[in-house]
Amino acid sequence: MTAMTEREAATAMARRKLGPSLRGWFQDWLPRLVLAPSFLLVLVFVYGFNLWTLFLSFTSSKAFPTTNLVGFTNYVRLWNWTFETDPPSNWYTALVNMGLFGGLYIFFCLFLGLLLAILLDQKIRGEGILRPIYLYPLALSFIVTGTAWKLFLDPRIGLENALHEWGWTSFHFDWVVDPQMMIYCVAIAGIWQSSGFVMAMFLAGLRGVDGEILKAAQIDGASTYQTYRRIVIPIIRPVFFSALIVLAHMAIKSYDLVLSVTGKNPGGAAELPSTFMYSYTFTRNQMAVGSASAVIMLMTIAAIMVPYIYSETREQSR
Amino acid sequence: MSAADLVTSTPSRRGPGHSRTTRIVIYGLLFLFALVYLVPLLVMVMTSLKPLDEVTGGNMFALPRHLTFAPWSMAWGEARIGVSETRGISGYFFNSVKMVVPAVLISTLLGALNGYVLTKWSFPGHKLVFGMMLFACFIPFQSVIIPMAVILGMLGRIGVNLADLTGWSFGLGNATVNLVIVHVIYGLGFTTLFFRNYYAAFPSELIKAAMIDGASFFQIFRRILLPNSTPIIIVTVIYQFTNIWNDFLFGSTFAAGDTAPMTVALNNLVNTSTGVVEYNVNMAAAIIAAAPTLLVYVIAGRYFVRGLMAGAVKG
Repeated sequence: MTAMTEREAATAMARRKLGPSLRGWFQDWLPRLVLAPSFLLVLVFVYGFNLWTLFLSFTSSKAFPTTNLVGFTNYVRLWNWTFETDPPSNWYTALVNMGLFGGLYIFFCLFLGLLLAILLDQKIRGEGILRPIYLYPLALSFIVTGTAWKLFLDPRIGLENALHEWGWTSFHFDWVVDPQMMIYCVAIAGIWQSSGFVMAMFLAGLRGVDGEILKAAQIDGASTYQTYRRIVIPIIRPVFFSALIVLAHMAIKSYDLVLSVTGKNPGGAAELPSTFMYSYTFTRNQMAVGSASAVIMLMTIAAIMVPYIYSETREQSR
Repeated sequence: MSAADLVTSTPSRRGPGHSRTTRIVIYGLLFLFALVYLVPLLVMVMTSLKPLDEVTGGNMFALPRHLTFAPWSMAWGEARIGVSETRGISGYFFNSVKMVVPAVLISTLLGALNGYVLTKWSFPGHKLVFGMMLFACFIPFQSVIIPMAVILGMLGRIGVNLADLTGWSFGLGNATVNLVIVHVIYGLGFTTLFFRNYYAAFPSELIKAAMIDGASFFQIFRRILLPNSTPIIIVTVIYQFTNIWNDFLFGSTFAAGDTAPMTVALNNLVNTSTGVVEYNVNMAAAIIAAAPTLLVYVIAGRYFVRGLMAGAVKG
């Protein structure tokens, strides 16, 4: 490896000039000393804190952390809540909403992202104007996105009212104020915010496909639909995979969007694991249960991300 | 060429020739989608320029009949934010500025140094160290937030004691300082990733030559790598700026009341349950909250996209 020889060269330089002195030793270790603070911070604040949260999830912590161990009690409670459907427990609602929100968010982001990317890839005039329009919502915070969509979907002053004024008086759309349907509005806002990003990922994939292959397919008389269905989409399959991972990760972490679209999640109707964790820890004084739910979130994300990071870094070194 | 460059720079160079009807359908769909993506922003802007009775009594798609900038000055200087005494979002806007500038600079500098060490001064186990740091990018912050709250509480108490002893708390317990610490730490994974991947492609021969000329570790970094790092510095700064400016979870947990950042203040303003909802003021505040990141996107969209892609697929 070249990097090793560089270091050896430097070490040799240092030795030649200074001999095996303290300064030479310092020069040799300097790079590692520079990296050490960052690595230590990550070690303590990421790994250490995760272990700390794991520990708390086995205690009986209420408003403040305690060291009183109670075994798997908190996980057993979450497990029981998972099946408590009548009336639904907050944890049950959080999991159902996670499935609904996550499923819709991932599916429509992938679908719209691919559709827009394919449409943009047809020798479009004005692509330079259209692309930034699809992408700009990404620059907005979830709080701003939620605020905008809350107004836009508000039946009194938003879409429903506007269509009534235009004469479509039977139009009815009040999901954003209906506790049963709120989570769908969170999904709409989320899709609006993230689908442009998926479009960019797919577009990069499409532009990376060898033009010769497509020409060959055209010469063989394949239709556009066939070319995409049979040739292009199979080639860009890794992009689907990457986008899926990124979207799943973002869906699980979603927190601010729920609060802003629903107006602080009234009655826990749009509960997600992230909001569940927060309210149990900081407002309901059940920190141990909150920790257990945080551990479950972490495990889920780790199960998605660790194999992905592993395969990505392996591909890089090959 | 990176994946992001493929998106942002390559013009369409192929695609079968379509019939006239097909082209009309394609352009029609693209235009329709563009409208869907633009409309919420346009409605926000128009709502913020209308008097309240026009918002509550009119069509949201209608242009303002009585154009007014009063909601903007209300939002900036007078609006009531939650239960706080401070009026208007201006104070919170500057809270965010005070938090975001040091946090971005420190995390970018550390990321650059880490990337430099991991690629040009690599040591046994450097891959493991990098892999472990990478995981910092992906953890849900819920799993670190309780310990963080405990530690920041302890630092705050130390700060109070220090202030008693010396008359200065050394910044400990200050909400802005707390948020800078938090954002630097949880940004390290991404900044290190960006610079590591960029420096991995930087020719090692130049560095070797400098070593032979007797340049030191920091001289090589300052004279050779940094002057050649402008693109990745822009990408990293934009990425960190956007993420930290838009953060809500940390801000709402570690900075209460008057010390809160912009996103938290906006949420408090919009979701107060008391009094008449002033939609026009809310929208003006939302646009002000979004303005810095939108501006960055408009000025440097290319780098913006590149950062996002690098964070996702390491293109």
